[in-house]
Amino acid sequence: MSKYEYVPEPALVKGNHDFASITRLVTDVNLRPTPKGWYLAMIGANILLGVFLVAVGYLIWEGTGIWGLNNPVGWGWAIINFVWWVGIGHAGTLISAILFLFRQNWRTAINRFAEAMTIFAVICALVFPGIHVGRIWVIYWVFPIPNQMYMWPNFNSPLLWDVFAVSTYFTVSFLFWYVGLVPDLATLRDRAVDKIRKFTYGLFSLGWTGSNRHWWNYEKAYMILAGLATPLVLSVHTIVSFDFAVSVIPGWHTTIFPPYFVAGAIFSGFAMVLTLMIVARKIYGMKDIMTDDHMEKMNIIILVTGSMVGFAYAMEFFIAWYSGVEYEQAIFILRATGPYAWAYWIMMACNVLSPQFFWSKKLRTSVGFTFFISIVVNIGMWFERFVITVTSLATDYLPSSWDYYSPTIWDVLTYVGTFGIFFTFFLAFLRFLPMIAIAEVKMILPQADPHNYDETSKEYIAPKVELPKPQAQKV
Amino acid sequence: MAQIFPKWTNQVPRKLLIGLIVSVNVLILIVWYFFSPKYTDVGYAPTQPVPYSHKVHVDQLGLDCQYCHTSVFDSKQANVPATQTCMNCHNQILTDSDKLAPIRESWETGQPVEWVRVNNLADYAYFNHAAHVNVGVGCESCHGRVDKMEIVYQTEPLSMGWCLDCHREPEKFLRPVEEVTTMGYKAENQSQLGAELVEKNNVSPPEYCQGCHY
Repeated sequence: MSKYEYVPEPALVKGNHDFASITRLVTDVNLRPTPKGWYLAMIGANILLGVFLVAVGYLIWEGTGIWGLNNPVGWGWAIINFVWWVGIGHAGTLISAILFLFRQNWRTAINRFAEAMTIFAVICALVFPGIHVGRIWVIYWVFPIPNQMYMWPNFNSPLLWDVFAVSTYFTVSFLFWYVGLVPDLATLRDRAVDKIRKFTYGLFSLGWTGSNRHWWNYEKAYMILAGLATPLVLSVHTIVSFDFAVSVIPGWHTTIFPPYFVAGAIFSGFAMVLTLMIVARKIYGMKDIMTDDHMEKMNIIILVTGSMVGFAYAMEFFIAWYSGVEYEQAIFILRATGPYAWAYWIMMACNVLSPQFFWSKKLRTSVGFTFFISIVVNIGMWFERFVITVTSLATDYLPSSWDYYSPTIWDVLTYVGTFGIFFTFFLAFLRFLPMIAIAEVKMILPQADPHNYDETSKEYIAPKVELPKPQAQKV
Repeated sequence: MAQIFPKWTNQVPRKLLIGLIVSVNVLILIVWYFFSPKYTDVGYAPTQPVPYSHKVHVDQLGLDCQYCHTSVFDSKQANVPATQTCMNCHNQILTDSDKLAPIRESWETGQPVEWVRVNNLADYAYFNHAAHVNVGVGCESCHGRVDKMEIVYQTEPLSMGWCLDCHREPEKFLRPVEEVTTMGYKAENQSQLGAELVEKNNVSPPEYCQGCHY
């Protein structure tokens, strides 16, 4: 007997669930009458959405002068928020595509949820490149559309690559999410009793009947989309980092940016998934599917990516010294000691220090502590983008042009308002769509993998086939 | 399970998708063609306070452009002439013409005639007549055969793309400076002459944004 004992993987779904009870657990949320709390939350989200619309309306009316941008700091909160939201969007595709290709079955509990978060976060991100242009009515100039001005996008510019990278990412993420939803929408269609739900879910389930051919096509499409989405996880934030790295500003012009940005994006994305998951699973009673084991696995990813980010911070300092470029050295010393040292040390504390607590098994399995850290991480990641964007510009080559940057109330309201967009979409998602990929969770239940023989006598036992009863009852 | 959708709905997604692709392309084509100055602006011929005929004055009487538009070689503007310029001749010729009543009124009161501008560039585009005519861009290259016009109208779109057509290949359009005001000028070998003029006058038209927008 070896001194090592085999510890089986913990069950992916807790509780004594079968196929029918999983269906009920997830879809009852969509079919039962709307709870009051949901309306309250929706009103809150809509107020924030109103704030956003007012802030953007005033921006369009008055111009970008309402923001706190000044002469050396031409990029402010708009790009910080853009990068922050795109970064958050990374977890969804990582969970759905990369973990799918690596056959990580635990992803099924959270992939639908994380993909929805991805799509809504990318919408919030795309708002900023859309509104930051002074003349929003000519925003179509970013697209290569023939016109009498011979205006054509500048294909040398990383800002243009960004438009294509993020919109491709959005399209593929959306398709991936939707393809995964089709069988579950059909489940909802079959369970719905009222005409409107039957029609709407029926419309979007594209005539899914669950036939063998449908499943065959579904699996192929899902695999192809996972293959397409996988490089996108890496490429999108790589190209976002090019917005900075392709320029010649000290502190931006470094080759470490792409991997460092991607690690940071996954770091913040998982934190955001955790923040939302911990709340949602409690309110909707999904703890059997989104278990503490999932939380622990995600905390380990946060620990790994957080350490990568910390390593990148250290490497930036090292290369600044090792390169011998005095501007590069100056900017990094100024980051840690200059006018924005407060932001730098918030970033270091939140991004480098806070995930290190997850070395402790006790802490990474504690729900309350995880929730706290997940929020701290996203604060830290926002400050990371703040430090990168603002410090490099505010204290650039010419000390005579240095200036301190502070946001105006409109910067703040626009940012706060994007949470209105996000939560309006997210609450609608929780209410009307299955928040868990029902069909995929069923595939990882023990019932989906029957061994039709007796453990001791090794004799074949014919499986009992029970036709499931229709569940189109009112819930 | 009861049927929710009739059979014809099977074709709907496909038709919607094709319809969407077609209509987006049609929309782009519509905007590209119908919203361009080539469609909206070319042919603009406003009614002037006096029905001045360039055809009579230039083609039949042989006036040079610069007789009236005096500042074209020296200034950003090719000026519209003052009433006094008209009166150089019209204090003796057609002194009773009804059509010329506004000119005589302007002459007596000192109030200028309010001519309506035909070729109007957007304010955010800087344009300098002197910079163009002094390197051999002919009047007719932008204004058309004014000598054939009973009423002046816009012949060219004046869009940015149209400007760039010449800025990118000036040798296709340049002429000797002394031929600038000639109407109906045709070089024997434009490509050779154009290349020589580009070389001689050191012509390098700006193609960057701040060449005209600043």
